[in-house]
Amino acid sequence: MTMSTMKSQFNLQKGAIINGKWHHKQYRIEKELGAGANGVVYLATYLEQLVALKISENGYTVTSEVNVLKSFTKVQGSTLGPSLLDVDDWQFSSSTMYSFYVMEYIHGPDLHSFIKQKGEAWIPVLMLQLLSDLEELHKAGWVFGDLKPENLIVTGRAPRIRCIDVGGTTLKGRAIKEFTEFYDRGYWGLGSRKAEPTYDLFSSAMVFIHCAYPSRFSKDGRGLEQLMDRVKKHKILKTYEGVLIPALQGRFKTAEDMRQALLACSYKQNRPKGTGVSPPSRQPSRKTKGKPNGKTGAIVLILFIGCIYFFYLYSQMV
Amino acid sequence: MKTGTLKQILLITDGCSNVGEDPIAMSALAKEQGVSVNVIGVMENDVIDEKGMQEIESIALSGGGVSQVVYARQLSHTVQMVTRQAMTQTLQGVVNRELTQILGNKQTIEDLPPEQRGEVMEVVDELGETVEMEVLILVDTSASMKHKLPTVKEALFDLSLSLNARMGKNKFSLFVFPGKKNDVEKLLDWTPKLESLTSVFAKLSTGGITPTGPALREAITYFEKKRSLRNLISRNDDEYYEESI
Ligand SMILES: Nc1ncnc2c1ncn2[C@@H]1O[C@H](COP(=O)(O)OP(=O)(O)OP(=O)(O)O)[C@@H](O)[C@H]1O
Ligand SMILES: [Mg+2]
Repeated sequence: MTMSTMKSQFNLQKGAIINGKWHHKQYRIEKELGAGANGVVYLATYLEQLVALKISENGYTVTSEVNVLKSFTKVQGSTLGPSLLDVDDWQFSSSTMYSFYVMEYIHGPDLHSFIKQKGEAWIPVLMLQLLSDLEELHKAGWVFGDLKPENLIVTGRAPRIRCIDVGGTTLKGRAIKEFTEFYDRGYWGLGSRKAEPTYDLFSSAMVFIHCAYPSRFSKDGRGLEQLMDRVKKHKILKTYEGVLIPALQGRFKTAEDMRQALLACSYKQNRPKGTGVSPPSRQPSRKTKGKPNGKTGAIVLILFIGCIYFFYLYSQMV
Repeated sequence: MKTGTLKQILLITDGCSNVGEDPIAMSALAKEQGVSVNVIGVMENDVIDEKGMQEIESIALSGGGVSQVVYARQLSHTVQMVTRQAMTQTLQGVVNRELTQILGNKQTIEDLPPEQRGEVMEVVDELGETVEMEVLILVDTSASMKHKLPTVKEALFDLSLSLNARMGKNKFSLFVFPGKKNDVEKLLDWTPKLESLTSVFAKLSTGGITPTGPALREAITYFEKKRSLRNLISRNDDEYYEESI
């Protein structure tokens, strides 16, 4: 067997009909949505409804992704991944059969296109949404694995981020099934490829970083230091340093912890000038029940202003 | 309880063999002995010609493995992917044979309705996570490979990272060809971690001939004479089924 991209294998044109061998449903191809190592995804219609249809040469890939999607549907009220509509085989010719599955069509631009159109203010918002979804996914016993902007679609008039492509989604504790180097902590020398929540949180931080830098960059061998440089040198990323760096270091135990830290950062961001941005804390925020009361808030503020004043005096001296 | 070991040769080269036995025949021999052969062709500024491409594909085909030709910068990602794919491919073969035995009539997973395939897939996944692996890495160190070796080294670290994230045990060994005196030279004996490689690649000398066939022939003999998964299958061993599924 030789690996090749699936693109060459399927070249279905608009109007092509795919008949399911087992469930006898008929799908009409509209256009190609995308192709990758695991198959080709088409936009198709079934009884006037738009659906996404993923077809592959490798039946095991289809079965494996279907297994994940099926288990997602058991999570109540979940928006994890597209919902699964059908699984079947297509008898292409007397000797060739292809497996395919049909899922909800998630309409919208991918994360990068969306940010380019709508502006950077959306980055933290979408990240918060993503972290909520990851928290659910992790609770259900899975790790997403191949988290990257291409696998994130922003959909709806009230924009909401959705994960697609569960090809990398792995049961907790096993080895990550599929990943993309830039978002993989193993590539950066910052952790194992075991499926753990921290694996996804690292990728989320890299997705965040990638949103701010127009193109992916390669490692230079300095590991964390290189990534920290990137964070500190960028105006927006710097304000989220207190979230990004601990995430890169695997210091948030859960997606919810990271979400809370991000919320705290965004909150500071939105305060009017004067109260300003506090130096990001090195510790991931511990899960504290409720908000700190006014008193501690005030003390923190005083300390903080004190610090700034001190640095001001100090800078005057040198 | 042992479930048998999955044995693979990973051949990394950038062109055609030019001395000794036909590497395709040697690869077929490996397969007979229960060792699958994967081949990765690595290019940099050079390209691999048609003949080289053919050889790479044929070695993998007759060795029951997977092949891929890539540019050096994609090597890490490819090495771990190819190894994993070949592993899954072998395990799918195992599970399919078991199915045939249970269902009779040469039935395979494709003959099952889609609803029932999921459980079979879970078995394959589970095996992939837990099976013991022996990977013998065979690196072409002929002259043209010289400047690609640092990349090769990095790709091997990466492979170790990927496989060691599994629950199953791994053993790696590393051979280069041509060797200083013989066709093939052992640089690293069976070890669970490839990290010890750092020093080992430094003392390489790169020569002109490419004895891929002889190197493969020798490599096969280095596998420990334990029963391999493939041998178990070809003997239709019921024991395997009971012990591991
Ligand atoms: N449910 C969906 N709704 C809308 N678009 C989709 C859907 N599923 C997939 N796509 C589109 O198709 C592309 C390819 O899908 P997918 O990532 O599942 O394929 P793949 O073969 O696993 O690709 P890769 O190997 O690059 O990850 C996606 O990037 C996305 O643009
Ligand atoms: Mg994918």
